[in-house]
Amino acid sequence: MELLERFSAGDLDAFEVLFRQHQAEVYRWVLRIVRSPAAAEDLTVEAFWRAYRAHAHFEAKGNWGAWLRRIATNAALDHLRRERPESELPANLAAAPLPDGAVQNETRSQIRKALAELPARLRIVAVLALIEEEPHARIAAALGISEGAVKLRLFRGVRLLRKKLERMGVRP
Amino acid sequence: MNDNGVNEMSKRLRAVLEPMKDAGLKRDLWPDVLRKMDQRGARVPWFDWVLMAGLGAAVLLFPRLLPALLYHL
Repeated sequence: MELLERFSAGDLDAFEVLFRQHQAEVYRWVLRIVRSPAAAEDLTVEAFWRAYRAHAHFEAKGNWGAWLRRIATNAALDHLRRERPESELPANLAAAPLPDGAVQNETRSQIRKALAELPARLRIVAVLALIEEEPHARIAAALGISEGAVKLRLFRGVRLLRKKLERMGVRP
Repeated sequence: MNDNGVNEMSKRLRAVLEPMKDAGLKRDLWPDVLRKMDQRGARVPWFDWVLMAGLGAAVLLFPRLLPALLYHL
């Protein structure tokens, strides 16, 4: 029996093989969305647990990677919805220190805050499209929506961000 | 709003939050998955608790039901 057929039948060994093949990829994807290594680890575990629970719904001829990415994206979206809106997005982990003054640091903090305050379904698109520069088609597949809907959410997110930044007194 | 507006916002955001593309997983998460599966598997569903509470209330209100319940167990 093929690996995916065995997984679909609930075989734990097949699930472990698939897990080992895909855990790093799922982690990287989720990390791009939530930007916190600890949260990304938890959500990777959550995504695989959800996938195993739903094994009977997976069609063995389907695309396991795409199916799993969609589950992981939904788990990340649930996480963003649970987060307190007043908390800032975690600062960049790998960013080199820039020669910023206090004013510029304040601006950076306000931009992070404005992004963190976006509704989760707009924020996930904004982070993936604007910061990670993921293609719209890939975002659409991960969210289970059309590319047109991704574009619409992106425009709405940017408009909302501009309004929030203007209200905070941050000018381009 | 046009594509220029989107590109401009992308530049502003990327100046504050860099992409995370090079970040890798530091440890194996399989033990965590197994732990989670064990925990969730052992959990009693909420409707079982409701059923238990209903049966308890029925026995308290109508003690004569008890022999019938025990008979059907």
